[in-house]
Amino acid sequence: MSTTSTEVGTIEVGQALPPLVIDATPTFVVATALATRDFQDVHHDRDLAHQKGSKDIFVNILTDTGLVERFVTDWAGPRARITGIKLKLGVPWYAYDTLTFTGEVTAVDGSAITVAVTGTNALGKHVISTVTFTREEA
Amino acid sequence: MTLTPQSTPEEILAAAETVKARGASAPRAGRDPINQPMINNWLEAMEDANPIYVDDDAARAAGHPGVVAPPAMAQVWTMRGLHGTRTDDDPLGLATELFDDAGYTSVVATNCDTVYHRYTRPGEEVTISSELTDVVGPKQTALGEGWFFTTRNTWRVRASGATGDDAGETVAEMDFRILKFRPAAAAPAEAESASAYDDLDPTKLIRPSASRDTQFFWDGVAAHELRIQKLPDGSLHHPPIPATWTERDADGRFPGTDYVVASGTGTVYSYVVHHAPRVPGRELPFVVALVELDEGVRMLGQLRGVDPETVAIGQPVEVEFLDFPADDDNDQPWHLYAWRAKEAK
Repeated sequence: MSTTSTEVGTIEVGQALPPLVIDATPTFVVATALATRDFQDVHHDRDLAHQKGSKDIFVNILTDTGLVERFVTDWAGPRARITGIKLKLGVPWYAYDTLTFTGEVTAVDGSAITVAVTGTNALGKHVISTVTFTREEA
Repeated sequence: MTLTPQSTPEEILAAAETVKARGASAPRAGRDPINQPMINNWLEAMEDANPIYVDDDAARAAGHPGVVAPPAMAQVWTMRGLHGTRTDDDPLGLATELFDDAGYTSVVATNCDTVYHRYTRPGEEVTISSELTDVVGPKQTALGEGWFFTTRNTWRVRASGATGDDAGETVAEMDFRILKFRPAAAAPAEAESASAYDDLDPTKLIRPSASRDTQFFWDGVAAHELRIQKLPDGSLHHPPIPATWTERDADGRFPGTDYVVASGTGTVYSYVVHHAPRVPGRELPFVVALVELDEGVRMLGQLRGVDPETVAIGQPVEVEFLDFPADDDNDQPWHLYAWRAKEAK
């Protein structure tokens, strides 16, 4: 796992975050659904997901939020204080599809930093996100 | 006022306004206080190695008073769980019902925007309250015609020992935007419930075939009206019989069948539970009920959304109209009716 943290003071607009690649095995889809206490059948029951017109079980929104948060704090380090996560939801993220998060710093205003994050899979853009955080001084 | 698929945008907006006007729902407490086991499960599933969620020293070094919960878990603490049900004043449930009634039966989430005011800590108890804040529509979208609506969820923590009206400190707020839509022809499967009826496959169902005597009835189903034939003496009759008593109009055509529109409510007069053989497009088992309508006539139809074990003679039911989109075999949308258990109001 990535634990490379960014030093305080080195964040600049235009800086790219190291990509994060996640394979959505069925175990991952189900484990994250249950860890987020989301028991909607389409996140754990393939038969019912099929009946509802989905290709397979798919990753839930709470997991998207958690992964976007992790993607930013993996890079920004434990001092990052997340203040906001905006998600625009796109194509679904089915089991067996791989998602790649990419990100770029879009604004630095004192200690407040904004990062644009995109999660892309085989179907297209699954999530387009804007994350804001502040950095606590050491 | 109850909406129907014939309701105008103005009527839909007015109904939505009544949900908005109710304001925020009463605060509902999460099942458990914020706790380390749930945090650990979450970190494991997400493979998140941020030490501030597990290590007191690391959290203090990062400026927190001790271990904190991941802010993205805000919603997790108040999820309803496996057997949870919405409260009666839940605006998401109320708005969903409203748009279901208006025929916008499918749903897809479009935006989820959260502001985190502060990190929470194990031992704290959160509550959630929700309100409908924004309704926009109807809009043409790639998925079909639909309405966007937004609910705002607010999570609060009360200081330990707080009493009375102190609602507590707001720790997170989330705007959740949903598109409720009428599925367009061959709607993509992306939506969380792209199929409007879980138990029916409209591409395989046997479709109604209307005769000259029954055309008015099926036209009524398409218009979401349950039409009962009216005989010359004023009595009602179902199924419709050939209207041999009518005379041709001056242009040589028979006039339309005389009918009344039923209220759509009645009681189960008799029923069977069908286990075999398989019926195209329907899940087994299913219930076929002979319903005695309030108007006095009896009408057959599937009773959907019930446990076959609990169906009972005398059970109150109401009509439900099923709208199916055009598909490979049908270039026009088509319609059926069924029964559903009448909810106690």
